Amino acid sequence: MTVRIYVPRDAAALALGADRVAKALSREAETRKLDITIVHNGSRGMHWLEPLVEVETAQGRIAYGPVKPSDVAALLDAGLLEGKAHPLCLGGTEEIPFLKNQTRLTFARCGVIDPVSLDDYKAHGGLKGLENAIAMAPADVVKQVTDSGLRGRGGAGFPTGIKWKTVLDAPGDRKYIVCNADEGDSGTFADRMIMEGDPFVLIEGMAIAGLATGATKGFVYIRSEYPQAIDAMNEAVTVARGAGVLGPSVLGSGKAFDMEIRVGAGAYVCGEETALLNSLEGKRGIVRAKPPLPALQGFMGRPTVVNNVISLASVPIIMDKGADFYRDFGMGRSRGTIPLQIAGNVKHGGLYETAFGLTLGEIIDVIGGGTATGRPVRAVQVGGPLGAYFPRALFDTPFDYEAFAAKDGLIGHAGITVFDDTVDMLKQARFAMEFCAVESCGKCTPCRIGSTRGVETADRIAQGIEPEKNRELLADLCNTMKFGSLCALGGFTPYPVLSAMNHFPEDFSPAPMVEAAE
Amino acid sequence: MNVHVTGNDVGARTLAIVGELKGLEGPLLPILHEIQAEFGYVPQESLPVIAEQLNLSRAEVHGVVTFYHDYRDHPTGRHVLKLCRAEACQAMGGDEVAERVKSLLGIDFHQTTLDGAVTLEPVYCLGLCSCAPAAMFDGAVHGRVDAELAKELVAEARR
Repeated sequence: MTVRIYVPRDAAALALGADRVAKALSREAETRKLDITIVHNGSRGMHWLEPLVEVETAQGRIAYGPVKPSDVAALLDAGLLEGKAHPLCLGGTEEIPFLKNQTRLTFARCGVIDPVSLDDYKAHGGLKGLENAIAMAPADVVKQVTDSGLRGRGGAGFPTGIKWKTVLDAPGDRKYIVCNADEGDSGTFADRMIMEGDPFVLIEGMAIAGLATGATKGFVYIRSEYPQAIDAMNEAVTVARGAGVLGPSVLGSGKAFDMEIRVGAGAYVCGEETALLNSLEGKRGIVRAKPPLPALQGFMGRPTVVNNVISLASVPIIMDKGADFYRDFGMGRSRGTIPLQIAGNVKHGGLYETAFGLTLGEIIDVIGGGTATGRPVRAVQVGGPLGAYFPRALFDTPFDYEAFAAKDGLIGHAGITVFDDTVDMLKQARFAMEFCAVESCGKCTPCRIGSTRGVETADRIAQGIEPEKNRELLADLCNTMKFGSLCALGGFTPYPVLSAMNHFPEDFSPAPMVEAAE
Repeated sequence: MNVHVTGNDVGARTLAIVGELKGLEGPLLPILHEIQAEFGYVPQESLPVIAEQLNLSRAEVHGVVTFYHDYRDHPTGRHVLKLCRAEACQAMGGDEVAERVKSLLGIDFHQTTLDGAVTLEPVYCLGLCSCAPAAMFDGAVHGRVDAELAKELVAEARR
């Protein structure tokens, strides 16, 4: 009987040599005349163990990792195909504490199934949400999503159901669903992982959004830095179209919905929804003033739902298990689960899906296991390049939209980047301004000019030139950017800058400049 | 990849590409991606053809091409090495790796070695933040890039 072996096709696994491991496995198997099938699954999200190889046995899936190509022969000698012991053996995959303690709703199938096999997808509960949605009136689908408490996972946290209702109620002969897969924030990779590991869940979520709002066409705007995700999505869309999940009659419902995969061109600002729409239309990725809301005048001036990948990928389980099921997870006004992405200088980096409410300290110290370098954690940036830096003193903050806002931070797309005590926070503040200057679309002055002045001011502080005056100037500049910018790029760049200044003032008081002797 | 083509060829190929894709809603970015895949960069000669076919002004097309970091107005070296410069990679010594690569190649970001072997580019996040620092070499991804791996990548690029 053929033995199924799983070697991920996820970019993080590939970056650590998964392809070479897969090749070594098939070569060895051929030499030894072993009957194996290699399934290229997504990643389980335990990136310190990648490449993670799994074997299907009578006792369930057994994991080995991190596997190097040179380990393959010894693994086979030790009885890999029967799931036998070896120093790299991690036991049953599902029993690994990092995985076992998670609440995987959106990522339930990621790393489990063959990402582009629709049969695998269906065998693991796929398409049930879409089938339920087809049997319901559009307004009821919207109500179920609203009742679930799902909020935009892209960062803004706007209630998804309310956005959908606006589009449903908007008059228009043609409406669109646009999936924002321009995941440009450093420290985030959840969108990439779901697109590479379970692309059908996104397709299903978009089809449900289409049926619920009356939109017949969808776009997934994926950043060009994600070639593996682009390939997986294109492959999955072709399969879905062939199977009638997409097309003129979605699952035989008589209702049409189809979609296209579009590729960005390296502009961070296109992660902002109106800049994304302009880019999709073939224009410069310039931010549009709101109103009009994209829900009323979006792509090509038509009513458009713009949702993040994870928001849309969370919809199928809500439509399958019900609004109450999803809403029962979480705390306060943050309902359901959030895929935490633990990154940077951390021992156990990866994706951890859990209900809202864990404290930042639990996430970093317990789940993440502290720093990779073994040095003390000094700062943690939550929410990407526009998110605040948190010091250890704020590690009791629960992971929740409102709790983070109350501490002058944001959870954004739930990326968490850990820094050890070698980090220079003035340098990080300068980088935030520099990044904003490079990526500004140029439409509004606070962002375009403010960021450049911010870099200069940070440099003057570093050089010890009138530090007190320049710190005040930098804070004032941040205030102008925060309240005067058109979108979150200029508006949120102050978060990392101000948090660095407020929580780590010692880094902003360099030794006074010594005048060079003439 | 260095591809040398005459203006006429560029015009004809551009026309064919635009013809294939102009039925899309918002076709300009897909067209530019295809043109860059074909020539290795977006040649100036292709801009008036695109403009005419899409009923845009040349200034509008020029504006779009120059807005996005991905589109190049000249060919790259035979290989392209991209190093991630974002926060997660900074936290794991990405800046040191970048300095090392620069000194090994003798070039700065956005430059190509004199022998035309490799172009070095910064990238702001490859989504490999949990196995930082990250790099992309001719489209293949690499994680946990240390001094040793950086040296190997540079050696491969030189070949």
